[in-house]
Amino acid sequence: MSDIVVSVENLSKRYLIGHQSAQRKSDTTLRDAIGREARNFVRKAADLLHGKQIIQGDEVEELWALRDVSFEVKQGEVVGIIGRNGAGKSTLLKVLSRITEPTDGRVRLRGRVSSLLEVGTGFHPELTGRENVYLNGAILGMSRKEIARKFDEIVAFAEIEKFLDTSVKRYSSGMYVRLAFAVAAHLEPDIMVVDEVLAVGDYEFQQKCLGKMQDVAKNEGHTVLLVSHNLNIIGSFANRALLLDRGSLVACGGVREAISAYLSRGSLDPIYVAPQADISSSPHVSRAEVVTSEPNGVHQFGEPLELRIMISHEQPALKACLTLQILNQDRSPVLMTYAYYPDKRFGEKPGRSQLTCRFPNPRLNVGRHYLRVFLSEPPGGIEYDRLECVCPFEVVRTNDTVLWGWRPDHCAYHDDWSWAIANETCSSSEMNLRLPKQMAAVRTVRDTDTKDTGH
Amino acid sequence: MTHEIIIEAGRAERHYWRDLWHYRELFRVLAWRDVAVRYKQTVIGATWALIRPFLTMVVFTLIFGKLANLPSEGTTPYAIMVFAGMLPWTFFSSALADASNSVVGSANLISKVYFPRMIVPMAAAGVAFVDFAINFIMLVVLMIWYQFVPGWQILFLPAFTVLALLAGLGPGLWLTALNVKYRDVRYIIPFLVQLGLYASPVGYSSSIVPERWRLLYSLNPVVGVIDGFRWCILGGQSQIYLPGFLLSIGVTAFFLWLGIRQFRKMENSFADLI
Repeated sequence: MSDIVVSVENLSKRYLIGHQSAQRKSDTTLRDAIGREARNFVRKAADLLHGKQIIQGDEVEELWALRDVSFEVKQGEVVGIIGRNGAGKSTLLKVLSRITEPTDGRVRLRGRVSSLLEVGTGFHPELTGRENVYLNGAILGMSRKEIARKFDEIVAFAEIEKFLDTSVKRYSSGMYVRLAFAVAAHLEPDIMVVDEVLAVGDYEFQQKCLGKMQDVAKNEGHTVLLVSHNLNIIGSFANRALLLDRGSLVACGGVREAISAYLSRGSLDPIYVAPQADISSSPHVSRAEVVTSEPNGVHQFGEPLELRIMISHEQPALKACLTLQILNQDRSPVLMTYAYYPDKRFGEKPGRSQLTCRFPNPRLNVGRHYLRVFLSEPPGGIEYDRLECVCPFEVVRTNDTVLWGWRPDHCAYHDDWSWAIANETCSSSEMNLRLPKQMAAVRTVRDTDTKDTGH
Repeated sequence: MTHEIIIEAGRAERHYWRDLWHYRELFRVLAWRDVAVRYKQTVIGATWALIRPFLTMVVFTLIFGKLANLPSEGTTPYAIMVFAGMLPWTFFSSALADASNSVVGSANLISKVYFPRMIVPMAAAGVAFVDFAINFIMLVVLMIWYQFVPGWQILFLPAFTVLALLAGLGPGLWLTALNVKYRDVRYIIPFLVQLGLYASPVGYSSSIVPERWRLLYSLNPVVGVIDGFRWCILGGQSQIYLPGFLLSIGVTAFFLWLGIRQFRKMENSFADLI
C-alpha cells in the first residue's frame, strides 16, 4: 500500500458570477428600469424552466477558482497552502472536505477527513458551553463516546470550567473562541483540513492549539493541510508548501522555496518618488528607497539594509538635517536615525544630494515596515519636507527556524541572546509538596489573562 | 484506514445510505438542539406545544361540529375525531414546512462542514416527531376526559405514524432542494400548508365527501394518513375507504421517490447555491 493519502488530479472548479452590464448603469429612466425588470423576469423564468441557477445581474462571467491543480500528499505530512486573496485556497479546502463539488478532475482521499474552515461552526448561542461541546463535536464528526471521553480534557484546555453551564451567548468573545478551538484541537482525523481559523483568538491560545495539532500530526502520523496568510506559521509548522495563484498551482515543494516564490510575486514598492506636481525649488526629498535583500520589498532578517534618500535643493538650505524613522505595522516608530554632522554637510549649494544610510545588521522584527522622513533645519528651525509612511517593505525571518516562527506582534526588535539553564532535580515526594503551590500560582495568572482577553 | 473517498464531478456517493447511518449521531444532536432551543427563555416552555393544537381543536369543534353541524364518525365525540385528525396533520405539515426551510436555515453548516445533507431535513422531521409525541399526550387526556376506550386497532398506530412521516418527508425533501435554488419556495409553503388544512379531512370526517369524488380526493396523501389514524384511534367507528387509501399510499411513495431523487441530485451543489 502506498503512503499517499491525498491525491489530486487536474482539479478545476468553476463559479458563475453575475455582473451589471455597462448599459444598465446608464439606464436611468423609469421606462428603462421597467423594461430591464421585465427582461430580468423573463430570464429568471427561463432559468427556472431549465432548472438553472438564478444569477443576479445581467452579464454572466465564468470564474475559475481552481484550474488544473494536481498534487499528492503523503501520510504524516503537514502541507501549507499559501497564496493571495482569491487565489483559490479556500475553494481547494472546500473541495477536499467535500463541501463543494469540483467542476472537473478528481480527488482521492484515504482515511477520515475533518475540516476546520471556521471556528465554532454550528455553535448555538442559546445552549450552554457543555451542550455546545457535544453539538460542535458531532458536527465536526466526533461520536458521542469520543466527546465524552475527551470532555474533561477539552474543558481544561479551554479553561472555562466555571462557565460550563452558562449560555454561550453570555460568554466573552475570547471564551467563546477558546471553547471552539478546544473542541477542534481534540479532533483526531486521519486527514485534517484547516483554513485561516487560527488567525482569530488570543495569541497564547493559538500557540497552544498549534502545539496540540502538531503533536497529533507528529505522534500519530496524521496528515494536515493548512491555509494561512501568516508565513511564519507556515514556515515553522509545515514541511511542504503549495503556492496558488489565481486558481493555478505555481509552486509545490519545499516551504522556503514556496514562501520566497510567494513573496517575489508581491507588489510592495519600497521606492518613493516625489510627484511632479509637488516639486518646488525649496529643499525637498525627491526620492526615497529602501534597498531590501530580496526583490519586491522583501527583506530577510539579518541581511544588511540600506536607505537611500535623494534631496533636491535648488534654493540652498543654510543648515539641513535629515531624520529617518522606521515605523512598524502599527505605524509606531521602532528606530530613528538622523544625518546632521558638522563635517558632513549637505544642501548648502544649489543642486541635489544623495544620502545613504546603511544598517549592517538590522534587528527589526518580522512584518510590514514603513519609512517616515523629515527634512528640516536642526530642531526649532524650518521644516522643509515630511513624508509619512512611505517605502513599505516586509521583513521576514525564514532562514533560521525557531519553534513557532515570528509574528509581527511579537515584539519590535530582535537582539542576540544566550541562555544559561541550571536544572535541579528533586525526589518525587518533594515534587508533590511543591506542585500545588506552583499550580495555584499559574492558575491566578491565567484568570487575570481571561479577564484581559475577554474584553 | 483503508476507507477511501473519491471526489469527482457528478459522482454519486456509493455508500450513501451507509454514510447516512454513520452520521446518525449528528441527526440526533441536531434534532436535540432544535428541541432544546425552541422553548428557552419562555415562561411556560413546552406547554406551548400543547396549547396550539388544543386551541385549534376547540375552534374546529365549534365551527365544524357545532356551527356547521357536520357529523362525527359513529358515536365518537367530535372533539376526539378532530384531534385524531389534527395529530397526523400537525405532524405532517410541520415535518414538511420545517424540513423545507431547514437546509436554507443551516447555511452556515452547509458551507463549512461536510455531512450527508439529508441529515438536516431529517432532523427537522425528528423535531416534528417530538411535538407529535407531546400532542399524543393531549389526545390521551382528551380520551380520559370523554371516557373513550380505543379498540385493538390502536396497535397499528405506529405504522400510520411512519406513513405520516414519509408523506411529509417526500415532498419536504423535494421542496428543501428547490428552496436552496429558488427561494420562492419559502413563500409558497405557508400557503400550501394553510390550503392543505382545509383540503384534508382535519376539521371534518372524510365520509362527508361525496362517493364519486372520493378517489380524486384521495390523491391528497394526507387523506390516507388521517383516515388511517381515525381508524386506529376511533376503533373501527371510522372506516377506511380502501381504493382511496391505496392511492394515497401510492402518491406518498411517488413523492418519496421524487423527493429523494431530486435531493440527491442537487445536494452536491448546495454549498455553492446557498
